[in-house]
Amino acid sequence: MDAFLPLFLQQLINGLSLGAIYALIAIGYTMVYGIIGMINFAHGEIYMIGAYVGLITLTAIGAASGLPPWMLVAAALVVAVIVTSSYGWAVERCAYRSLRNSPRLVPLISAIGMSIFFQNYVVVLHTSRDLPVPDLITGHLFSVDIGGFEVSMSNSRALILFATVVLMAAVTLYIRHARMGRACRACSQDIQMAGLLGIDVNKVISFTFVLGAFLAAIGGVLIGLSINKINPFIGFLAGIKAFTAAVLGGIGSIPGAMLGGALLGLVETFASAFLPTEYKDIVSFGLLIVILLIRPSGLLGRPEVEKV
Amino acid sequence: MREQIKTKILKDAFIAAAVTAILTVPMIGLRLNVESTGLVLHKNFLWPAVAAAVVFVARLVIPFVLIPKVSVPAAWTQKAGDYKKWWVGALIVLAIAWPFTLLGGGSMLTAVTMAMVYIMLALGLNIVVGYAGLLDLGHAAFYAIGAYTYALLNANFDLGFWAALPLAGLSAALFGVLLGFPVLRLRGDYLAIVTLGFGEIVRILLNNWDSLTHGPDGINNIAKPTLFGFEITKRARVEDASTLWQTLGIDYSNVYQQIILYFIALFLVVITAFLINRLVKMPIGRAWEALREDEIACRSLALNPTVIKLTAFSLGSMFAGFAGAFYAAFIGSVTPDSFGFIESAIILSIVVLGGMGSQRGVILAALVLTLLPEFARGFAEYRMLVFGAVMVLMMIWRPQGLWPASRRRVELPS
Repeated sequence: MDAFLPLFLQQLINGLSLGAIYALIAIGYTMVYGIIGMINFAHGEIYMIGAYVGLITLTAIGAASGLPPWMLVAAALVVAVIVTSSYGWAVERCAYRSLRNSPRLVPLISAIGMSIFFQNYVVVLHTSRDLPVPDLITGHLFSVDIGGFEVSMSNSRALILFATVVLMAAVTLYIRHARMGRACRACSQDIQMAGLLGIDVNKVISFTFVLGAFLAAIGGVLIGLSINKINPFIGFLAGIKAFTAAVLGGIGSIPGAMLGGALLGLVETFASAFLPTEYKDIVSFGLLIVILLIRPSGLLGRPEVEKV
Repeated sequence: MREQIKTKILKDAFIAAAVTAILTVPMIGLRLNVESTGLVLHKNFLWPAVAAAVVFVARLVIPFVLIPKVSVPAAWTQKAGDYKKWWVGALIVLAIAWPFTLLGGGSMLTAVTMAMVYIMLALGLNIVVGYAGLLDLGHAAFYAIGAYTYALLNANFDLGFWAALPLAGLSAALFGVLLGFPVLRLRGDYLAIVTLGFGEIVRILLNNWDSLTHGPDGINNIAKPTLFGFEITKRARVEDASTLWQTLGIDYSNVYQQIILYFIALFLVVITAFLINRLVKMPIGRAWEALREDEIACRSLALNPTVIKLTAFSLGSMFAGFAGAFYAAFIGSVTPDSFGFIESAIILSIVVLGGMGSQRGVILAALVLTLLPEFARGFAEYRMLVFGAVMVLMMIWRPQGLWPASRRRVELPS
């Protein structure tokens, strides 16, 4: 028996947990794009801020208290979600709302400015060095021996997968059945008409930013706990990758973002298993260019018709 | 009724202050740092309190003292082409006199020469972003391609600066066409992401393709440009060739070399500005602007959007290639680190700050943004923070830039 099968399984596990993070971030891109048609460039930075707030919470309460690890993790998640959602809300309120009717380029540049601002905001406040995240979730969910090679899944990766699946199901149900979810769908079909029919468009847009930041914050905290270090630049690459995932699945489509995230995570881990590691980013950017060429509407998206 | 409005304002102010507190308490009030004892948290809640108070007061005051909108200067009405000549001439005279003024020597001269490189880059990007309305976030990639083209040609084939300059521009333009041809058919914001990805691909390749680019170490010892065939270095690279200094019979001085490099940069900038100024007035330049304003209308008028975008994209890349070649010659070495996303972002913020589609604005902004850090070295760590904030604020308050282009128009005599 050769090493292919265990290697394949191991990469499958790694790829899915990486893809889960991309999917969590991609939801924020895809919902904002679906409703106001702009790329929220600062979204990757929101994810990074989520990771930082999580670490700050852990450091603030972790040192003295003898709380069990799961309570620490829960506290970090709750605080990160509250603070990061506020960041998502504030970004929209300050940087995008007044630009809603400007030419396309204007909010996009504002978003890039916001991204640069946040990255350096964190650099100035918390230094640009790698910060160590305590290893709270230890141990493995399972570890099996296949033909002399070990295939294992750590608990932190399992938590990422589990949390993502639960959150995705919750978001899907919410968008499908809740009042606000219906308002979101109405706005993504025709925002003007939705406004005329009495939907508070500003509220819906704020909600999408808050929801996106909420999911990104959870992704940020969990990835910090999984790879045990964070720095201010993690948001930039993760943001582009998540955007690639959103485009891959079809931008504007929530199931598309989940599918795209999982696919991108798998492609990236398999690429880094069989190619030199440095080239994994090239593979994902190359993938983005190829999708845009062959199928710009993505796997599950509808082609967009430009109307005069 | 008034009571209701008052309570609403008060409520809004409270909410805004509370959100500010949530935003700032964990991020600004608690700062992480790595020290010998491990991760340390510094607490200081003064700034969050100040921020919340400021936001509270501002939200209370703003509805009463309505901030007057910053007035947008109306397009200057002008008779065809009467305004511009004098200030262009004055600027060039000032630029020529600059190295001989009191301020102009030493490190300031190097800074101004670097500013010239940024002017070239920004003028090139201005074609793409300003005139054609395509958001290019990977301009530094073409800058890198130009720089590495010259560096490699010089290191491997011993080609001189002036021979390699057109080739550097050409190879950057070629990459622009290769990237642009497939992606320019896409919508604007997709283009932004694809160019960003392309920029990263180029940087990663330069960093890892050791056999060609020497990886992170880059390429060193690149030849300086020659002046009318004479070398401007202390010793000639070629055996028994005489340097400019030996020919003129003056002693070599580093300052002289800097001055000559500055003049070469100035020459390139003037050529670039002149060429772009002409291009914009040609039918192709008009087509760029028309395309930016309304793509569907352009298509109905039988203009091919892909071809027009492609010309803008490849020309912009070409000027970045020229700038790159000069940069490589000026610094004498190239490393992949000099061409990251931050570089693209700086060039973009120059274009945005100056005014998209305004050449004079872009030149002004390039000078301001590259020379200000020279004067404010103590604030170096805040530089990018301010860049980001300026980009957002400009888009909100003055999307047309500091010194916007005046639309040329001819009015009928009434």
